Amino acid sequence: MTAIDPTAHLTDEQIEELGRELDAIRDEVIASRGEKDAAYIRKVISAQRKLELTSRGILLFSFFPPAWIIGTAGLSVAKIMDNMEIGHNILHGQWDWMRDPKIHSTTWEWDHVSPAEQWKHSHNELHHTYTNVIGKDNDLGYGIMRVDEDQKWHPMHLGQPVWNFINACFFEYGIAAYDLELGKNLHKRRRNRPEFRARAAAVGRKIRKQVLKDYVIHPLLSGPSFLTTLAATFTANLIRNLWSHSVIMCGHFPEGVQTFERRSIKGETRGQWYLRQMMGSANISGSKAMHFMTGNLSHQIEHHLFPDLPSNRYAEVSVKVKALFEKYELAYVTGPLPKQVFSAWHKVFRLSLPNKKPKVKKTSSRDKELVAA
Amino acid sequence: MTSTALRSRAWKILEMVTTPLLPSDYLDLVSPLRSGADLRGRIEAVHRETDDAATVVIRPGKGWRGHVAGQYVRIGIDVDGVRLWRAYSVTSPTSRADGRFTITVKAIPDGKVSNHLVRRAKPGTVIQLDQATGEFVLPAAKPAKVLYLTAGSGITPAMGMLRDARLTDVVMVHSAPRKEDVIFRNDLHDLVADKALTLKELHTDADGMLDVTKLHELVPDWAERETWACGPAGLLDAAEAHWAGHGIADKLHTERFRPTVVVAGEGGEVTFGKTGKTVEADGATPLLNVGEEAGVLMPSGCRMGICFGCVTPLRSGAVRDLRTGEITQAEDSPTAHVLVQTCVSAAAGPCELER
Repeated sequence: MTAIDPTAHLTDEQIEELGRELDAIRDEVIASRGEKDAAYIRKVISAQRKLELTSRGILLFSFFPPAWIIGTAGLSVAKIMDNMEIGHNILHGQWDWMRDPKIHSTTWEWDHVSPAEQWKHSHNELHHTYTNVIGKDNDLGYGIMRVDEDQKWHPMHLGQPVWNFINACFFEYGIAAYDLELGKNLHKRRRNRPEFRARAAAVGRKIRKQVLKDYVIHPLLSGPSFLTTLAATFTANLIRNLWSHSVIMCGHFPEGVQTFERRSIKGETRGQWYLRQMMGSANISGSKAMHFMTGNLSHQIEHHLFPDLPSNRYAEVSVKVKALFEKYELAYVTGPLPKQVFSAWHKVFRLSLPNKKPKVKKTSSRDKELVAA
Repeated sequence: MTSTALRSRAWKILEMVTTPLLPSDYLDLVSPLRSGADLRGRIEAVHRETDDAATVVIRPGKGWRGHVAGQYVRIGIDVDGVRLWRAYSVTSPTSRADGRFTITVKAIPDGKVSNHLVRRAKPGTVIQLDQATGEFVLPAAKPAKVLYLTAGSGITPAMGMLRDARLTDVVMVHSAPRKEDVIFRNDLHDLVADKALTLKELHTDADGMLDVTKLHELVPDWAERETWACGPAGLLDAAEAHWAGHGIADKLHTERFRPTVVVAGEGGEVTFGKTGKTVEADGATPLLNVGEEAGVLMPSGCRMGICFGCVTPLRSGAVRDLRTGEITQAEDSPTAHVLVQTCVSAAAGPCELER
C-alpha cells in the first residue's frame, strides 16, 4: 500500500465484516436471478444482431453519404454492444447460469481480434485476480505505460502519451498482443515455444477472419460502394476502439485509484480482496444509455467486486455498495466520462516524466483528490 | 460441381460474412424451427388433464424425424431463465395429421420442469428438443394379447401405444390415488366403450395398492400376455420379481422414469477443467446436477444411465456409480481418459471432469 493508507482506519474485524456484507449482496442477486435477466440478455443480443445486419445492409449503398453516416454510426454502436455489454460480460461467465449453450462463456466468440479463449485467461484470471497489484496486473499500463508513481520510470515512458494514443486507435490489436504477452514472449528464448506458437497462430487466424470480413468481403458485397464501405468499417472499428479504450482507462487509471504492492496481497483474506477491488477501481457516472454503452463497466467497482453477476444488475448493486463505502468511510471514486478520461490522460502525461520520491508524490496527489471530493 | 458441394461452398462464404457469429445465429432470430437448425419445437397449446397433469401440444422443427409409439422425447425448457432438460413420453399417435405431437406431464412435488409445464407454460414458447428415443415400444409384429400394467404418470407411454394402433386383445391395469387423478380417464373409457380395451382401474386411496402377486385375480391370463409396465419403482420391482418368478421375464417390458439409487458414499471436491470451476459435492448428487448447478455446460440425455448422452472424460480422481456403488478411477496417463456417465455417477473423493 502507499504511504498514507486510505483504509488504515479499518480493523481486521471490520474488513471481514465488510466482506460478509458484500457476500450478502452477492447472494441476494444470485437468489433473484431469473426469467427477467435471461430475457434482458436475449433482447440485447437480438437487438445487436439486427442493428449490425441493418447497418451493414445500409452500407451496401455507402457511396450515398447519408447511407454512409447512418450505416457507420449503426455499425459502430453494434460493435460496441458486441464487445462491451455482450462479449465482455458473457466471457466473464455472467450468463453461464442460464445453461444456454449459445450464451455461455465457453462457447462465445466476439467481434474482436483477440480470441475469446486467450482474452478470458489474461483478463479474468490475471487482471481480475491481481487487480492493481504492481508487477502482477499487466492492465496497469499494459506493459507499455507507467500509470502509477510506484512503477519504475524508463526513458521509453517519455513517449507514453503517443503510445497510449496509438493503442487507443488500434485497441483490439493492443489487447491481442497483450493477451499473447508479446513483450515477454517475443524474447529469443521464448518465441519458439510450441505453446506460444499455437496461441499466436490462433490470433493470426482470428485476425485473418476479422480483416477479411470487414475489409474485403463486405466492401466487395457493396460493389460500387467498395471504397466507402471499406472506410465505413474502418471508421466503425476505430470508434469502437477509441470508445472501449476510454471506458477501460476510466476503470483503473483515474486519480484516486489505489495500487498495491506484491507483498501486500500475500495471505489476503476474502475481506481484504474485496477491499482491494473497492480501492483499485473507479466508476463513471451518467445516464442509463451511458451505462449500457460502457457494457456497465461504468459500474467498474461493482464489476470488480462481483465479476460474474449479470451486468444488468450492477446498477441496483451499486446503491448498496455505495452505502458500504459510506459506512466504512472509504472514497468511492466516480465522475462523468469526460472528467475521468481527462484524469486518466493527465496521469499518462504526468507519469511520462520521472518523479523523485514516488510514495510522497503519490500520497499528496491522493490527498488532493480526497480534498477535492 | 455437385449441388451439395456448391451449397457447402456458399455456406462457407456466408460464414465469412457473419464471422465470428454463424449464419444460423442470424437465421435463428427469424426462423428457429427451420430445417438445418438445432432441433426445437414450439408449444402450441396446453390442455389440462387432471388437477396436476397437462398435455402439451408441440409443433416440432423441420428436422423432427417422428417417433415410435411408446418412445419418449427430451425437451429443454427455460424455467426461471435456466435451461432444464427432462424426458417425457409422447402421448399422441404417430399418425397425427398436422405434424404436431403431444407430451403429457404430471406435476411432481418440487418438480421444477413438470410444475412449469403444467401450470405456467405458455403457447408460443420455443423449446429445445431431441429426437424421440426409447426401447419401450410395441414390436413391428404386433402381439396377439397385450397387457399394460401402469400407475400414475406411468400411463403416458401406454397411452401413446393405445392411441397408435388398434390391437385385438388389450387389457390395462392402471392405478391412481383417486378417480379424479386418472390421466386420460375419459379417453380410456371411450376406448372401453368402443370395445378396444379392457380396463381394470384401481383407486389406491380406497382400494389399497395393487399386489402384483395377485394379478391373476384381475387378469387371469396375465402370463400369456406380452406386458408393458410403467410406473413407480416399487411397482416395477415387484413386477420384475413376479414375472421372473414364473420364468417369463422375457414377456415383461418396463420403463423407468428415474434411476434406482442404491449406494451413496462420501463426496468430494469436483473440478470442471475447461470451465475452471471447483465445487464441493456430496456423494449422492449426480455429477451432472453438480455441474449444471455450477453453470457448467454439461451434455445430458436420459438422466437415468441408459443413453450415454452425458458421458464426460474423467481426468483425475474417482467417481461412484449410484446404481451399483462401483468405483471408477481416472487413469494415470494424461492421454487415456475414462468416460463416465455423469447422470448416475457421484464424486467419490476429489475428482476432475473435462467440461
